[in-house]
Amino acid sequence: MRLFEQKINRRNFIKRTIQAILSLNVLYIFSSLLSNKKEGNTLDEWYEAGDINNFKNNHIYPYSSAHFYLSKIENGGMLAISTKCTHLGCAVQFNQSKDMFVCPCHASAFSKYGEVVSPPATRALDIYPISIQDNKVMVNVTKPIKRQKYEASQLTYA
Amino acid sequence: MNTAGHSKAFTKLLLHLHPKRVNAQSIKFTRTFGLGGISSLFFVILFASGMLLRFAYVPSVKGAYDSIVELQNEILFGQLLRNIHYWSGMGLVLVSFLHLIRVFYSQSIYHDRRKNWFYGLLLFFLVVFSNFTGYLLPWDQLSYWAVTIMANMLTVIPFVGDFLADMIRGSNEVSETTLLRFYHFHTGLLPLLMVAFMSVHFWLIRKSKGVTVANMENRETVPTSPHLLYKEMFVALIVIISLLVLSTLVNAPLQEKANPLISPNPSKAPWYFMGVQELLLHLHPIFAICVIPSAVIFFLIYTPYMKFSDLNVGVWFNSEKGKKLTIFSIIFGILFTLSITLFSEYWWNGTQLMPNVPSLISTGLLLALFYMIPASVFLYFLKIKYQASKIDLVMACFTIIMMAYLVMTIVGTFFRGEGMSLFV
Ligand code: FES
Repeated sequence: MRLFEQKINRRNFIKRTIQAILSLNVLYIFSSLLSNKKEGNTLDEWYEAGDINNFKNNHIYPYSSAHFYLSKIENGGMLAISTKCTHLGCAVQFNQSKDMFVCPCHASAFSKYGEVVSPPATRALDIYPISIQDNKVMVNVTKPIKRQKYEASQLTYA
Repeated sequence: MNTAGHSKAFTKLLLHLHPKRVNAQSIKFTRTFGLGGISSLFFVILFASGMLLRFAYVPSVKGAYDSIVELQNEILFGQLLRNIHYWSGMGLVLVSFLHLIRVFYSQSIYHDRRKNWFYGLLLFFLVVFSNFTGYLLPWDQLSYWAVTIMANMLTVIPFVGDFLADMIRGSNEVSETTLLRFYHFHTGLLPLLMVAFMSVHFWLIRKSKGVTVANMENRETVPTSPHLLYKEMFVALIVIISLLVLSTLVNAPLQEKANPLISPNPSKAPWYFMGVQELLLHLHPIFAICVIPSAVIFFLIYTPYMKFSDLNVGVWFNSEKGKKLTIFSIIFGILFTLSITLFSEYWWNGTQLMPNVPSLISTGLLLALFYMIPASVFLYFLKIKYQASKIDLVMACFTIIMMAYLVMTIVGTFFRGEGMSLFV
């Protein structure tokens, strides 16, 4: 490459150094301008989903404004499943007749546990931590948990 | 004072973008189809209409959509202005892409034109990125979800993906920060960069003595004005008239206001990214977003640096044989891409056929090989049967890539409906 063949003399060396420092500066300023603005998350992290006695087994409850579904399975275990498709982030919807979450964007489908039923998505939908205080179901909507697949240990019981 | 001279300063400057005399061969319309010139015309139109649109547009989540609606309904010629901007944006992507293809097939990317090919690729990237950043600004359902998909596509890139995606979005989701960011890219930084690179691009053409022609020695020149100038003005007039007609008849789309809770069905990326989205439907994301696009980009940058023994700069397809082989490759590219699309849509469900194999292999590597092996066999066949030379094979590769992209774009845009399923 030409770049390396050129003779390095004092003049060149100083020129290159100044160029390098300047461009690093520009790069640094630019990237710090564009870096992720951390919005001070003073909001309530815990979203109140309702009274535990209102939820029936083997049912899915949508909380679309909070971007999750509450899935209560046969044995009473609960999962708060994120609506954000793990493929490219579209909002999945629960399809009653198919009994699955389906994504409109590239047709991924997930079971009611959030497990991939059909690709292109490669991992299960994220879940949010659930805690139950005085019979109230609370969901921490700021801490999505990534997971590969569904495991029984992810369930929360009353 | 020489007032006459001064008053013509502007016209003179424009004229001096050209040399005084030009090669008679090089101004034949079929030499370039005026594609580069049309691209710069579109750029100028976009610049002018964009500057005007800025007076109406409000770059905020609350105001963006309503300001567009108001522009269209309340402001005299507002809709027309937006349509002109929209359609010339589409036109610019299309024409600069054709320009890229023209330059490649007329062998105008080698020797001293290498650098210009590189600046051209850079400009093409800026054009696409400009179009894409403009896509978000109306803040309707279409734009919101298209940008969500595209930003998440970046997260698939190993190591730097999340960083890149957060950098363009400015937060974890497409939000007001994203809107503002895109607005400044679209109306500030990108046009400025394009002007700079365009100047270099034009200057490098003059430096290598104009556009390529079949035999450079035969330099019969004619004065630029009027010979070239009249042609340019004629083409510009046709483009402007067609643009006006189109913008009067067909409105730029505007869907419902963006709603982060519901993805419309189907949600599609802008048409020039449909090829990538179509890849995503079939292939493992690492392959669809990382491996294959970088391979293609590498191929495009590296080609002019390869050593060829029989270049014919300025000759379409290098030779008669090259022309024939290119036609074969077009046919092969179209048919083969179509059949593998159907194959992977209906028969090849990697994760189900091989549940124990990681999906990176079953839906990634294997499927990619299903494409690459027959394509290589085809290239080998060209080499043996027709004694194709290296330049012929490089052109065949380029043709297959272009055809694959074309087929996927068409399939994705016109043949996918609800749930992105294929209706045949
Ligand atoms: S975003 Fe859900 S399948 Fe692509």
